[in-house]
Amino acid sequence: MRPENYQAINHPPSHEYELNFGPNHPGIEGNYALKVKLQGDQVVEAHADGGYLHRGFKKLMEGRLWIQNIALVPRICVPDPVPMEMAYSLAVEELGGLEVPIRAQWIRVMQLELSRIAAHLFTFGGHAATTGMYTTMYWGVADRDLFLDLFEELTGGRVYHIYNIPGGVRRDIPDGYLDRVTSTLDYLESRLPDYDNLFFTNQVFVKRATGTGTMTQQQALEWGVTGPNLRATGLKLDVRRDDPYLVYDEIDFDIATEEAGDAWARTLVRRKELQQSIRIVRQVIERLPSIGGPIRCPIPNPLAWNVPAGEAYARIDSSKGEVAYYVVSTGGDKPYRVHVRGPSSMHAVQVLENLVTGGRLEDVAQIMFSLDACPPEVDR
Amino acid sequence: MTDIDYKAKGSILNPLKNLQFLGRRPVTQPLEPRPASANYRGFHLNDWEKCIGCSTCQKVCDNATITMVRIPDIKEDPVNGIRNLRPAIDYGRCCWCGLCVDICPTGSLSLSREYVHTCTQAEIDSYFVLPDSSGMHGTYGHGWRKTADADLVDLSRHPMAHLEPPQRSDNFDEIMLGFTRQEAILEASRCVQCGMCHDACPTHMDAPEYIRAIWQDDPEEAVRQIYRTNPFPEVCGRVCTHRCETACSIGRRGEPVAIRWLKRYAMDAVAPERVKEIAAESKSDYMTGKRIAIIGAGPAGLTAALDLIKQGHQVDVYEGLSEAGGMTRWGIPEYRLPAAALARDVDVITSLGVRIHYNRWIGRDIDMATLQLEYDAVLLAIGLGLGRSTRIPGSDHPQVRKAVELLREISQGSVFAVPRSAVVIGGGNVAMDIARSLARLQKREYGTVRITACALEDRAHFLADEIEIIEAIEEGIEVLVARGPQRCEQHADGRLLGLKTWKVDSIFDEQQRFAPRYDNSDERFHEGEMIIEAIGQMSDVSVLGPELTELLEWNRGRLKVDVAGRTNLPWLWAAGDCVNGPDVVHAVADGHRVAASIDAYLNIREDVA
Repeated sequence: MRPENYQAINHPPSHEYELNFGPNHPGIEGNYALKVKLQGDQVVEAHADGGYLHRGFKKLMEGRLWIQNIALVPRICVPDPVPMEMAYSLAVEELGGLEVPIRAQWIRVMQLELSRIAAHLFTFGGHAATTGMYTTMYWGVADRDLFLDLFEELTGGRVYHIYNIPGGVRRDIPDGYLDRVTSTLDYLESRLPDYDNLFFTNQVFVKRATGTGTMTQQQALEWGVTGPNLRATGLKLDVRRDDPYLVYDEIDFDIATEEAGDAWARTLVRRKELQQSIRIVRQVIERLPSIGGPIRCPIPNPLAWNVPAGEAYARIDSSKGEVAYYVVSTGGDKPYRVHVRGPSSMHAVQVLENLVTGGRLEDVAQIMFSLDACPPEVDR
Repeated sequence: MTDIDYKAKGSILNPLKNLQFLGRRPVTQPLEPRPASANYRGFHLNDWEKCIGCSTCQKVCDNATITMVRIPDIKEDPVNGIRNLRPAIDYGRCCWCGLCVDICPTGSLSLSREYVHTCTQAEIDSYFVLPDSSGMHGTYGHGWRKTADADLVDLSRHPMAHLEPPQRSDNFDEIMLGFTRQEAILEASRCVQCGMCHDACPTHMDAPEYIRAIWQDDPEEAVRQIYRTNPFPEVCGRVCTHRCETACSIGRRGEPVAIRWLKRYAMDAVAPERVKEIAAESKSDYMTGKRIAIIGAGPAGLTAALDLIKQGHQVDVYEGLSEAGGMTRWGIPEYRLPAAALARDVDVITSLGVRIHYNRWIGRDIDMATLQLEYDAVLLAIGLGLGRSTRIPGSDHPQVRKAVELLREISQGSVFAVPRSAVVIGGGNVAMDIARSLARLQKREYGTVRITACALEDRAHFLADEIEIIEAIEEGIEVLVARGPQRCEQHADGRLLGLKTWKVDSIFDEQQRFAPRYDNSDERFHEGEMIIEAIGQMSDVSVLGPELTELLEWNRGRLKVDVAGRTNLPWLWAAGDCVNGPDVVHAVADGHRVAASIDAYLNIREDVA
């Protein structure tokens, strides 16, 4: 039907209907659902419906040794697991007064940024798929795989790296690893024009995304939006710069921002962040060979490790937004309480509900992917 | 980046750009098998030769994936810390974190480079694999394995403050000064709670439990755990032969946990009066009316006494000398075990109601027949009070002394002429004890040390503890290895001149019997005004009297006892060094064993009556 022939019909109330958007739906990320109330294809009301993935992480962590939680935390956010390990480790290090060796800090930065690249590639792919551009999705997933290869070599695991432990990292970088990272980065850089052509300047995407799911800076702040989503409303806020952790204060990078606050702006911020991450990793590659020393400070026997009583809050900037761990110890061998502040619990609940309401059904998936919400992280 | 206009409409010809991809490689990778990375965390590999079954992997496992499975084909060897348990993995639970590999005390575990696993339906159904060194498919080799910088086991021991040679060489002050609270907690935190120590200990002390309690800063609980199995913690905390540490799984690659020193710390940290209360917690609150006599107030006798008094029996201990402790009192020098520490242990035992009658020699002050009449059971724990002689020519000279007797004289504070030079025959701990004691006296009296210790064994097979040899050498003693004593030379006027030795070629013959062979071309003379024989001890069984000696069964000069320590006479048990030898903790274990046997015997009699 051509738009000029389309006449909105005022349906009687009975024509309002509810649609379960998820949990099994190709347009939703992970096992998550939105219950949308529709009038025609107009979204009248939306309710986020999580819980399908709930595994009780935070409670589980209270019953496990400090070190055992290392294997648990990456599962909270599957596409970008490194910030989870990192924030937990930083919090425990603060509690335990552990001094992480400089070399380990640089390795951690490299790992964080590689993880950000991998996560962003995954998200573009998903976003493109919601606008019908499946080639970008295939490319994104295929190129992400090269980064998973790098992770496999560094950490022994492709997805769940379980590589950071309180005190440092678990293994030193293998011989020749940095060269392989360089060549993968070179490859990704050479691919960026292809991505621009195929996706970022593609009018299908530009027109679909512009003005879709717009939020103002004020709204973003009120809803607790962080990370690229917040920077897409024009606010230059980045934990890496504002509250530097690890060695980010020694690294030169720009904070990517956009003004529009819509799906297009959010995706563009991620596109720009890819380049910044590549820049950061290149600086690590340059510096790391000259930094010797251990990769981990001495830690007590993990089976008999009482972390001193106290509380610690560690936050870092992940590809999805601000990840923070609030850890309370009563001086025992297990955490007394762990609270995970995941960005997606804001993005996928109040932000998503608000942004899709008043929009159209076909944009729901796109808005969710443009927010880069990660359902497992909502249900933790 | 910024020069790209992302919102530009673009050219209508843009789609034609795609033509360039006709000449480019696809981004998808060809489906060729590719080896996993060198660090890959695949399925488990376990070197069964290295694995000791300590179960540490099971403890650190996040998901309770690991079950320890008993493999009957593997020989158990508790003394050397080997169990026939091996980890089996439930791959339905495993998350491949590799913590098991990083914490494995032996380094036997690793993960393979197996990317792909194909298996039969039956295997999927169980998914329970007992990994060995070849892995599930046997062809992939090691991936993730332990590296030195990523080891989660703390391999180095926390040092204990001690006296340096100049501070200790002329006095009998205790050398080891004990752990501080902080040091003890740190040292205790190294323990992985495998329990190898418990299995190796002759009296099966609950070492993992008391180490845990010390780590939790609860020394009273540690003392409680210690007293469950050992009433001589002050002694064993200092001079135990610490088989626990030999078996310790941390000791596989590093220094074992200082289990002995931790025991001592627990005793140092709790006030003696409180120790008595803790020890009394398990005492029965009724008396059975049975009476038991124990001959000898050494570790074996007093351990049995404590066990029996806890069961509500009345116990009388007869001790020939003026103080309790037996060899721990008279045979171990004060710098290793202060008499005050031993006295605290004995105090706890007597505080529970054990009566010790001092200076009562059996055979002289009271005879065995009387004991048999007056008591329901008698325990013989007379130890090894007599020194053995080498019986080489000249060894009957009055200045040729037995180590145990001389040690006793030194402990008793007897006055004797300290020789300006001395030769010690023997390479065991007793030889080191007497050499080091004499060295202290020489240093005090003459300012110099002139002592030679001649051991039969070579350095690799030395009998004394390594630390004893090191400290002896530090204190100026000349320790010679592989020297066999041949003759004690004396001057025409009767003065002792010294010892002549030959080099030892071998000590045992093909049947592993003691038959030393010497090389008489390598003869040396060691000057000494006194020669001390420290080659072994024997029991003074003369206390038994001829009648009893005739009635009892003997085994190569030692009393023959059954597994529970009972002799062939129904009322007489024997325990400790005089039947089993050769150290404190074995004596304690023996004491428990006979006490259980005596208690069972007394209960049976009651039932019949």
